[in-house]
Amino acid sequence: MSLKKSIKRQPLSTQSEWTFELLEIYDREIARIAKDKFKLDTYPNQIEVIRSDQMMDAYSSVGMPINYNHWSFGKSFLSTEQNYQRGRMGLAYEIVINSSPCISYLMEENTMTMQALVIAHACYGHNSFFKGNYLFKTWTDAEGIIDYLQFARTYIAQCEERHGVEEVEKLLDSCHSLSNYGVDRYKRPNPVSAIQEQKYQQERENYIQQHINDIWRTLPAQQQNQSSIEEPRFPAEAEENLLYFIEKNAPHLQTWQREIVRIVRKISQYFYPQKQTQVMNEGWATFWHYTLLHQLYDEGLVTDGFMLEFLASHTSVVAQPDFDSPYFSGINPYALGFAMMQDIRRICENPTEEDKEWFPDIAGSNWLDTLHDAMKNYRDESFILQFLSPKIIRDFHLFLVEDDDTADTIGINAIHNKRGYQKIREHLAQQYNLGYREPDIQVYDVDLKGDRRLTLQHIMHDRKPLSDTASEVVKHLHRLWGYTVVLNSVDDNGIIKKSFRCS
Amino acid sequence: MSYIIDRRLNSKNKSTVNRQRFLKRYRKQIRKSVSDAVNQRNIKEMEQGESITIPKKDISEPIFGHGSGGRRTIVHPGNKEFAEGDRLPRPEGGEGGGSGEGQASDSGEGMDDFVFQISQSEFLEFMFEDLALPNMIKRQLSSSDSFSYHQAGISEVGNPNQMNLVRTMRSAQARRIALGGKKRKKRRALRLQLESLIEPLSDTQQQQKMEIEEEIALLTKQLNALPFIDDFDLKYNLKVKIPKPSPQAVMFCIMDVSGSMTQDIKNTAKRFFFLLYIFLQRNYGKIDVVFIRHHTQASEVDEETFFYDRETGGTVVSSALEMISEIIEERYPPEQWNIYTAQASDGDNWPNDQVKCHQLMTQKILPFVQYFTYIEIGGQQPQELWHLYQNIQKDFSNNFATSRVEDNADIYPVFRELFKKRANHES
Repeated sequence: MSLKKSIKRQPLSTQSEWTFELLEIYDREIARIAKDKFKLDTYPNQIEVIRSDQMMDAYSSVGMPINYNHWSFGKSFLSTEQNYQRGRMGLAYEIVINSSPCISYLMEENTMTMQALVIAHACYGHNSFFKGNYLFKTWTDAEGIIDYLQFARTYIAQCEERHGVEEVEKLLDSCHSLSNYGVDRYKRPNPVSAIQEQKYQQERENYIQQHINDIWRTLPAQQQNQSSIEEPRFPAEAEENLLYFIEKNAPHLQTWQREIVRIVRKISQYFYPQKQTQVMNEGWATFWHYTLLHQLYDEGLVTDGFMLEFLASHTSVVAQPDFDSPYFSGINPYALGFAMMQDIRRICENPTEEDKEWFPDIAGSNWLDTLHDAMKNYRDESFILQFLSPKIIRDFHLFLVEDDDTADTIGINAIHNKRGYQKIREHLAQQYNLGYREPDIQVYDVDLKGDRRLTLQHIMHDRKPLSDTASEVVKHLHRLWGYTVVLNSVDDNGIIKKSFRCS
Repeated sequence: MSYIIDRRLNSKNKSTVNRQRFLKRYRKQIRKSVSDAVNQRNIKEMEQGESITIPKKDISEPIFGHGSGGRRTIVHPGNKEFAEGDRLPRPEGGEGGGSGEGQASDSGEGMDDFVFQISQSEFLEFMFEDLALPNMIKRQLSSSDSFSYHQAGISEVGNPNQMNLVRTMRSAQARRIALGGKKRKKRRALRLQLESLIEPLSDTQQQQKMEIEEEIALLTKQLNALPFIDDFDLKYNLKVKIPKPSPQAVMFCIMDVSGSMTQDIKNTAKRFFFLLYIFLQRNYGKIDVVFIRHHTQASEVDEETFFYDRETGGTVVSSALEMISEIIEERYPPEQWNIYTAQASDGDNWPNDQVKCHQLMTQKILPFVQYFTYIEIGGQQPQELWHLYQNIQKDFSNNFATSRVEDNADIYPVFRELFKKRANHES
């Protein structure tokens, strides 16, 4: 960092206590730098100061300011509370919500330095990511989400009144267990909107009922003669969005139940981009709090003490324990993301020969434009595939392990050397591919003319089997479908390796 | 543009509903944890909250995931000595390749158990769930200070905070209409008259106009003088105090502190009484508890002495029984009080005392008490008192219960058994 302080100015504050006036002043200064100097485009910010117990509340309802009631949120509240009280974890500095205005929570206990860090990190880092990244742009509607959650909460509360808490809870349990399979991975869904939802709800009820009756219409009589001919499967093409399939086709669900399936599905879809951009999102936000606060320092607006406190905190956030450390819990998305963002800037500003070879497009280009472009057009998988440089691989000492259950030992397939870079890059990228991480399960067939059996197919990759919980999930699926459910794990040759069944 | 909002004063405990639902769902496991805790705690800690442990598998929300097996690759940071092509033994626990999730267990307790705290009041709630004093009836309304307030119409007098605004305003408006109606009508007529005078005016008309205007002014003044609200408009909600019928009950706790009672047995007995004591304290605001301990002689003591003092001597159970019947006669007439008795002993008694005990029990005590519980502590053969009480129980099966307890671990289940809520059990 350059230390030119030609226009030495008075620091904004010298105390560690924060006040609302100071929050405003800091926010204004950070906003000025973010917008004018670094072209960060954000939603309007709504900064809320809360107590630590409110932070725990927010934690347990997946960060959303409102949500419907369910025991599982109580469970996560209890475990958060327990860990926090025992000092096992500090609460995150902040929670930020992808909505417009973008809501960020600041904890009362934070010092002024931490509040400034959070403002830079959440209100300008995350916020600009939410607004700029293509996944969020296409898949979520920041304006509508709060209203939609309000709608969901009210609707589910009504259902509880009418049909009993227990009925609704059972249904939600089943939906939650499938919520990872309630997303459209490739199709672009309509963004959620509360008003529209309410408006179309009635129409949908009528339509769905009619549509379902169509599928389940009484069988034609000449069935026997055709038994030799292969019946067309239903659905004609395998459906990956299990909850969508249930909502539209489950024979016995009542309309309110379909509506709840839909709510879970919509909320799951809303979080889908977040799951795919962990490294980028955190890396981007961390990069910007680092850069913005340094800029404040360069302008003489914050003190040395401020910087020391900030750097101490920043350093612990971006620490990456080694694989054999007791603190190791996978790759820290803050660490990897921040390192890559910094690295992109370095490649643009001071490219080495290696960089020019690996990144001919961006080496020496304008770093700000390049970084914005990376933020907008990638997700973790493609971002790593595109931008993970040999330098990062060396800095992190990344290595690739292969564990094959047909061998007695595990193998080191690649390390941080010339032969290894590309391999490590590809495999790390794949590690962030949700489609690879989660088992590939699709609706394969419904026995329309027989016992209405629902058949799903799990297509095994690299012979990886399903975990034992699968049989439990199949039970949930059975509860929703109402008839026999079969899940087949199928290997590369189409041979069924294992079957789960619930009837 | 940013908005900064102070939410610190917003309501607490947004997650209460979710927490309650969680507790309800895992009621069974929590109850088991509570009962284990009750068995293991020492008396002084009995009332504290508890950390509840539930096996993770009971509580997990199943999702589809990959199991171990197959071929998988994973990138790890922090390579130190590995070179490409190295083969390593598979680490224990199958973490070799990792699942690719890289997620640490969020509980820190390891993957086996889910641990959380419940508060003291929640703990007690689980502890005494579904328990009640049997055969409780409303003998007599206690003269004590428990009242409830009931709405009883509207009154002309009362506290300002009881004011019924709607009624008050309605009555004020009615009064204003009633008192001002005639004058308003007249004023309306005059105004019409005034309008009918058309310019230019003759002198008489001019005169007439002035008169009318004067009169209107007077009427307006009078109308304005009507008070907007008057004393007798005020209406108050009338609340009447109704004494709350609450049953009166007294609990006798009798403990043998003789020499034959070892320290262990005494501890177990105390545990039983302590459970009983917090149970009563918690559930019945107005309950008298009488502590009686005895060896060859009985004495009435306070709670502190009862639980924490030591004494030794021989055993004459009848001394305590006699004391009870005296106290009942003196202070707790059975027609007014629900009477409960709990006795704990190792079953030892002076053989010559048995007849007297039988007499006292069947004639002076059992006919008057709601419920008598006896626990005999210790793993030995049933003792004198047990046989005696078994005999008596045949005739008083409805309000006499006995149970044998081996050690601390039995106390809580026996306690639950003895004070289980019974359906349709009338005395």
